[in-house]
Amino acid sequence: MAKLTINGTLRDVDVSPDTPLLWAIREQVGLTGTKYGCGVAQCGACTVHIDGEPMRSCSLPVSAIRPEQKIVTIEGLSPDSSHPVQKAWLALDVPQCGYCQSGMIMAAAALLAKTPKPTDADIDANITNICRCGTYNRVRAGIKQAAGV
Amino acid sequence: MTQSIDVPALDVSRRGFIASAVASVGIFSLGFSITPQAKAQGLAPEVNAWVVIKPDDTVVVRIARSEMGQGTLTGLAQLVAEELECDWSKVTWEYPTPGQNVARNRVWKNFSTGGSRGIRESEQYVREGGAAARMMLIQAAANGWSVPAADCKVLKGVITHPASGRSTTYGKVAEAAAKIEPPKEVKLKNPKDWTIAGQSLPRLDTADKLNGKQVYGFDLKLPGMMNASIKACPVFGGTVASFDVAKIEKMPGVKRVLKVGENAVAVVAETWWQANSALLALPIIWNEGPNAKVSSADIAAFVKEGLDAEQAFEGNKQGDAKGAIAGAAKRVEATYSYPLQNHACMEPMNATALWTPDKCEVWCPTQNGEAAFGAAVQASGHPAAKVDVYKMHLGGGFGRRGRSDYVIQAVQIARQMPGIPIKLLWSREEDMAQGTYHPITQCKLVGGLDAQGNLVGLHMRISGQSILSGVNPQGLQNGRDPVVFQGLNPSGAEGPFGYTIPNLLIDHAMRNPHVPPGFWRGVNLNQNAIYVECFMDELAAAAGVDALEFRRRMMKNHPKHLAVLETVAKGIGWGSPAPAGVFRGLSQIMGFGSYVAAAAEVSVANDGKIKVHRIVASTNPGHVVNPSQVAAQVEGSFVYGLSAAFYQECTVKNGAIVEQNFDTYPAMRIDEMPKVESILIPSGDFWGGVGEPTIAVAAPAVLNAIAAATGRRIRHLPMKNTDLRRA
Repeated sequence: MAKLTINGTLRDVDVSPDTPLLWAIREQVGLTGTKYGCGVAQCGACTVHIDGEPMRSCSLPVSAIRPEQKIVTIEGLSPDSSHPVQKAWLALDVPQCGYCQSGMIMAAAALLAKTPKPTDADIDANITNICRCGTYNRVRAGIKQAAGV
Repeated sequence: MTQSIDVPALDVSRRGFIASAVASVGIFSLGFSITPQAKAQGLAPEVNAWVVIKPDDTVVVRIARSEMGQGTLTGLAQLVAEELECDWSKVTWEYPTPGQNVARNRVWKNFSTGGSRGIRESEQYVREGGAAARMMLIQAAANGWSVPAADCKVLKGVITHPASGRSTTYGKVAEAAAKIEPPKEVKLKNPKDWTIAGQSLPRLDTADKLNGKQVYGFDLKLPGMMNASIKACPVFGGTVASFDVAKIEKMPGVKRVLKVGENAVAVVAETWWQANSALLALPIIWNEGPNAKVSSADIAAFVKEGLDAEQAFEGNKQGDAKGAIAGAAKRVEATYSYPLQNHACMEPMNATALWTPDKCEVWCPTQNGEAAFGAAVQASGHPAAKVDVYKMHLGGGFGRRGRSDYVIQAVQIARQMPGIPIKLLWSREEDMAQGTYHPITQCKLVGGLDAQGNLVGLHMRISGQSILSGVNPQGLQNGRDPVVFQGLNPSGAEGPFGYTIPNLLIDHAMRNPHVPPGFWRGVNLNQNAIYVECFMDELAAAAGVDALEFRRRMMKNHPKHLAVLETVAKGIGWGSPAPAGVFRGLSQIMGFGSYVAAAAEVSVANDGKIKVHRIVASTNPGHVVNPSQVAAQVEGSFVYGLSAAFYQECTVKNGAIVEQNFDTYPAMRIDEMPKVESILIPSGDFWGGVGEPTIAVAAPAVLNAIAAATGRRIRHLPMKNTDLRRA
């Protein structure tokens, strides 16, 4: 059993301690916006925020997370898709298949929280998620639009 | 592909169906809400197969092709809506099921979504569907007013009779319209008059991809569902010998450990994490079969042997290439190679199946709903009328999801656990190990130049794997695989060769290793463009002629090929100085019905690191349905094509694929993404595809620029295997 604070709610999650956070979120909590892509922290499709930091939840056992740590998933980023990143993504039609975009949006939102006016170099260094459809140029444009730069 | 190659032979007895939509709606008796769109299924009056209009004027456009990111869903809806004259803001969509299509005599025609055919192959009949619905709706209104339909007008779904000032809406007359005899003839609009098609309208499927609401196959939840992870014999052609259930049966959540088909073992558990953890701990002994010792070196030697083999299938022949080369002033020869590659869709293969003695239902992301349906029918043991497949949004397809192996596995598991919905998800490692791979080939090119530097003879010998031999052997023509010659053909929509060379021979020595091939986004155009377009630069250099000018001399009879090439040359500034340290490369090809070209600006640092700064791309797809989405496909094609060119290779050791995840099979990330300027020059006289062709010009443009930058010609892909460090 793990105690996790997900999107503002403290939950008892019935999993073995070695279960990765990704699978606890998806299979016990039932929030499926966070995706599995590789299981080895390579692709970033599973990115969530833990105390504001973008983390790859596929490689993070629930035992490593304290109950008071704030986990935010794509479903908790905003109540109505009103986060500036989500609005920019909609305006620019960023997603193609969309499967990686939950992780991409969470990575972008975390970047903007720390670096409100990111440079191209900031984007290159902080957005390391894989998108096989190849939406990168619209991701970059979306981050800039959300940042107003 | 020109031939229909996707639908497996189906033993479908037409009499076995209750041929009505009502029967199909009944299959939704489980009451699950799969997508908002699916709720509309059969509930609102259908004007015709393509158009459903609800009383509140919502227009539901039926989409037969699969959406996997390429934007076809929105494009097809635009084409229907354009002719329907409806209010675009009220347009939504739904997928009819493959079972319904079969039951209704294939009213939606082909579901297969590959070969960049989604728009170009169906534009005519979906536009006719929209136009016919419009005529029926107007007629229904006219009947109600007892006036001639010709006296009525329609704008954005509002029908008016100007003479009397009356008006109504599509939603109010849809039910009456559905009862009207469909028109025998419909006249389609001139694309010049389009207001919905041809516009960069927002996609219909973006909103749910921004907040986690979009349900992919892998997100499906059904009451009582259990989860499965599977491992098939890593050596292709091998089978399961035994496995030790006792070692894992007590592990948390484990319900069943099952043999699946002849070559795989699955663990079914309460959660997928439990199932996969148990599977990893399960001792399995394989009968690895005759391929157990095959390595990449063996395959390379086998393919290399074909470069000089006597027997080869001809693809394109003009004059006497070998004689012309023998008599030429200068002979140029080079050998290239292209590796096996996995599609690596972000969403690994998955399918959910529920089998009972009475029916079988499957929910899956598929590029080929009817093939998935056929596979489910065969695996279920049920007649087709008791089976259906519900298509889910795809987390990438790239050709991999045109196959139905994962669908068969899900049904095979579910059949062993009747009444329990089973969601089968492949791990990334399984997805990498059980691919249907980009074919492996080598190519030997020999060219003869005359004293003036003109190419008087070219022999291009391709040796290697045939996709059709693995996927659809009945598509071979007396053993010859015509798909091998994509982009190199004498004529046709699948790539007429863009150069006139007086003496030309392009032939193929088929060498099929044991690794299964598949259609991989861009298919054979990818390596063919590298072989031809890089060698053109080699020939130009040998002739001492500018690479653009050298091509131009052979392109007088190929104005559409030349137009895209000249567009990118102008866009990149060919002939004017590049920024310091930056070098340029060009390429062009025709395939999937469209003409494409790319020009790249590249620099190579002393440490060998390659930087692609900027790409200009040009596309002539005939018609453009949504410019913004075409631009997205063009940009994305550079990511897919350059990821392949820089990094991607599946190697073979002891008969199995070595690379298991993105750490050893990398993809480009945002820091490597160049600026891409996409220039569309639609000529309006044909319909071409856009999802794939640009991939083929990505690598050769960059490879040509690297050769310009370093003086070194990389002929073997991927580029990561070549060390470009300066001594």
